[in-house]
Amino acid sequence: MSEEIRTGVYTCHCGSNIAATVDVKAVAEYAAKLPNVVVSRDYKYMCSDPGQDLIKQDIREHKLNRIVVASCSPHLHEHTFRTALAKGGLNEFLFQMVNIREQDSWVHLDKPAATVKAMDLVRAAVCRVALHKPLTKGSVPIRADVLVVGGGIAGIHAALTLANAGKKVYLVEREPTIGGHMAKFDKTFPTLDCAACILTPKMSSVRAHPNITLWSYSEVTQVDGYVGNFKVTVTRKPRYIMEDLCVGCLECIEACVYKEGKFVDEFNMGLSKRKPIYIPFPQAIPQVPVIDPETCIDFKTGKCKKSCVDACGERHAINLKMKETTEIIDVGTIILSTGFQVFDAHRSPEYGYGVYPNVYTALEIERLVNASGPTSGEVVLRDGKRPKSVAIIHCVGSRDEKNNRWCSRVCCMYSLKLAHLLKEHTDAEIFNFYIDIRTPGKGFEEFYQKLRNEGVHFIRGKVAEVTDWAFDPSEEGKLVIRVEDTLLGFARRIPVDMVVLATGLEPHADAQEVRRRFNLTCSSEGFFLERHPKLAPVSTFTDGVFLAGACQSPKDIPDTVAQAGAAAAEALALIDAGHVEIEPNTAFVLEEDCSGCRTCIPMCPFSAITFSEETKLASINQALCKGCGTCVASCPSGSIVQNLYDDEEIFAEIEGVLSNA
Amino acid sequence: MPQDYSYFPGCSLQSTGVAYDESVRALFALLDLKLHELPEWNCCGATSYMSIDEGSAFVLSARNLSLAAQAKHRDLVTPCSACYLVLKKTQDYVEHYPAIANKVQQGLQAEGLPPLNGVQVRHPLEILYNDVGLDRIKHASVRPWRGAPIACYYGCQLVRPYCDSDQQQNPTHMEEVLKAAGIPTVDFALKTKCCGGSLTGTIPAVGQRLNYLILKEAIRKGAGAIVTVCPLCQYNLDAYQADIRKSTGEAIDIPVLYFSQVLGWAMGADAKALGLQRSIAGKQTIKQWFAASEREEKAHV
Repeated sequence: MSEEIRTGVYTCHCGSNIAATVDVKAVAEYAAKLPNVVVSRDYKYMCSDPGQDLIKQDIREHKLNRIVVASCSPHLHEHTFRTALAKGGLNEFLFQMVNIREQDSWVHLDKPAATVKAMDLVRAAVCRVALHKPLTKGSVPIRADVLVVGGGIAGIHAALTLANAGKKVYLVEREPTIGGHMAKFDKTFPTLDCAACILTPKMSSVRAHPNITLWSYSEVTQVDGYVGNFKVTVTRKPRYIMEDLCVGCLECIEACVYKEGKFVDEFNMGLSKRKPIYIPFPQAIPQVPVIDPETCIDFKTGKCKKSCVDACGERHAINLKMKETTEIIDVGTIILSTGFQVFDAHRSPEYGYGVYPNVYTALEIERLVNASGPTSGEVVLRDGKRPKSVAIIHCVGSRDEKNNRWCSRVCCMYSLKLAHLLKEHTDAEIFNFYIDIRTPGKGFEEFYQKLRNEGVHFIRGKVAEVTDWAFDPSEEGKLVIRVEDTLLGFARRIPVDMVVLATGLEPHADAQEVRRRFNLTCSSEGFFLERHPKLAPVSTFTDGVFLAGACQSPKDIPDTVAQAGAAAAEALALIDAGHVEIEPNTAFVLEEDCSGCRTCIPMCPFSAITFSEETKLASINQALCKGCGTCVASCPSGSIVQNLYDDEEIFAEIEGVLSNA
Repeated sequence: MPQDYSYFPGCSLQSTGVAYDESVRALFALLDLKLHELPEWNCCGATSYMSIDEGSAFVLSARNLSLAAQAKHRDLVTPCSACYLVLKKTQDYVEHYPAIANKVQQGLQAEGLPPLNGVQVRHPLEILYNDVGLDRIKHASVRPWRGAPIACYYGCQLVRPYCDSDQQQNPTHMEEVLKAAGIPTVDFALKTKCCGGSLTGTIPAVGQRLNYLILKEAIRKGAGAIVTVCPLCQYNLDAYQADIRKSTGEAIDIPVLYFSQVLGWAMGADAKALGLQRSIAGKQTIKQWFAASEREEKAHV
């Protein structure tokens, strides 16, 4: 190849972001003297239209055939500059971007040294770009069907949005009913509208929608494939009642040999008992009971008279021999809305949860104030008495160096809501113990003001402990809150009848397993990581997989629904485009050199490499390959090559960066 | 198979806490655990020394650890909570703060002692819980308990800031060990609250107020005695009850014992061998609890 290399180098000031720490002019002057460089310029904002026009113009006027831009991270503007190349009539891969902002000006203080570093990096790019070859992007078709994982309010909203747009949606929920945490709430803040009243119509719509296939009591157990073409295995646990035959009359529950509930009712947070055959709550979707084999006499001993089966009669909907089944579906995009788990209050032993019976978690109080809850909305202590005073302790498990360091975002507002509801139900004296009250949301601060006007007490101080240590007769039989009131400036003891722990939100215990299954990354605390915290908040680093709701970070219902809508829109954008472009920086096997040793196959984190029994050679699926380069490095015969990262290019870059003049 | 440990009694166990020393030795002998007193041990460095001259205190403390590092048995048992804390703190600081490590190193070199490594500082309660185990304690406990339930009191230094195997906020090893020996306990919310520390000596009104709160709450919870792991806690709660009776007008008279005393009793040791006659408060109760059952045993034989 005797092509003359003509390179243009453009060094960006990025306002003062780069220019304050790197002598941009000096870098540009230095670059002008490098081999093959025909044009070298500096400009205030290379990403602006005039900046891009510079590149286009120079390509034409100076017959440039390689471009280097030294500016910010390729994550931000590689696409911008590649497009400028294409518009200027050059193959967009004859381009190399140098990051002198995130990896230089932003992390250094010493201007001369940072300038030298920028020069080194530019020199490396100039050396490697000369070896770039024109490449073309691939394209794969996108299947229109969507999988939504998790049937809380996020999953429900995303599924309905997609279904209403005419897409076929599979909604997979691990519990026997959809509805998630929201179904357990009584009222929602700050408007105090009833959670069930706004949620259950949406749940019914899911059930009735012709475009939605709802698989409750099911879990995604395997995910193969890639954006546009995922193959997903869903394992459906046996509920021992056939959904297609059951009409939801619930007579089987009535007929159970247990006349009263005897086992912990998970939906009511253990505040009531259920039978072995049960429906989590009256408006559950699907309206189909489930049998718990752990507690059902027939499963345990085989000696039950099976009155439930008799009650079902002709319908024959109960099948005690039901087995786990699997479904395999093909979808183009996936929305993960797997939610959160509540912090286990036992992990803060100073608050006495599990030790003192009248210490409750906020979720237990949600059930207690709920008209369809275990006490039909009557707020009573475990001994049946009505509390005359209630303490609500904020930040339990949140903003806590010993437990979770993050703010769970919803606890201040739900504590205010519970304070209002408890006051309304019991007329008790209510004390809120807070570190900071955080009410940034529409109507939130006004709600806080309203609570103060209602006479709820707010005491600023992190509670030291909840104790039954009685100091004098007024504390006898009470729970004593010991706290430093940081506004008054002294330690206080406040005796109350009931303590409510505003427990925080945290990732599910199995979030790491789910992460691996869907090939995601997590942020340090374990919530699923979005592609960009500001500009791609529902996308992930796995193309075609989107996030919605509290699996990404703690959030309230309005934000969750907004995010679910955004995730659905992102999925629709992919589906409507019909195909997705694939970066050509993938690896491929040089068949004549491959010995078929299979070393590369287990190395690939994306399962993109397969071994053909016919040819005895490895081959790489270009749609699955993410260009990580692991297989390239592992191949003993050097027969795997990666576009944009072949040996010559990498060596040129290394030599470039090291050959400091 | 006997188990062997190096033993660091510390100063309290030779003065106000003689009963602790006696009962720990008796209890360990009953369980076939051998204590080898560290030869030529010195002051642990203690809390007051630490707050006046930290550098010298660390060197003092380190000398003991260095002696233990040369001993045959590198598990160093110390019953006193203050000794336990200071020895562990020395290990921690030597590991994490080069300036302190240097100072300690110089001190040891001056005396020709090797560096301190490989020593495990251990408390007898933790040894009972982990090395002996609840099952063995249950089998070894031959005397039925005839006293009232007990309030287990841990104080501060055993569980804060170093807490090897128990829960820091709500320690339960003492309750579990006593329960295994057939001794009932009460729920005691003040189990890690301040005993008054050295305030009983410096500002008695404040110190005794703290003693009073613990004594009173234990009685309110139905405890017939308080059991401790620390000689300072024991002394503070035991020695000022007459003063507290005078200042509050309340009839407070409750024995304050070491966990090793009640466990040793349950395992058949003699009351005198456990130093039970040395207590100040609740003498009548002690006489009843720790004599009646012995008479019965004699009748049995």
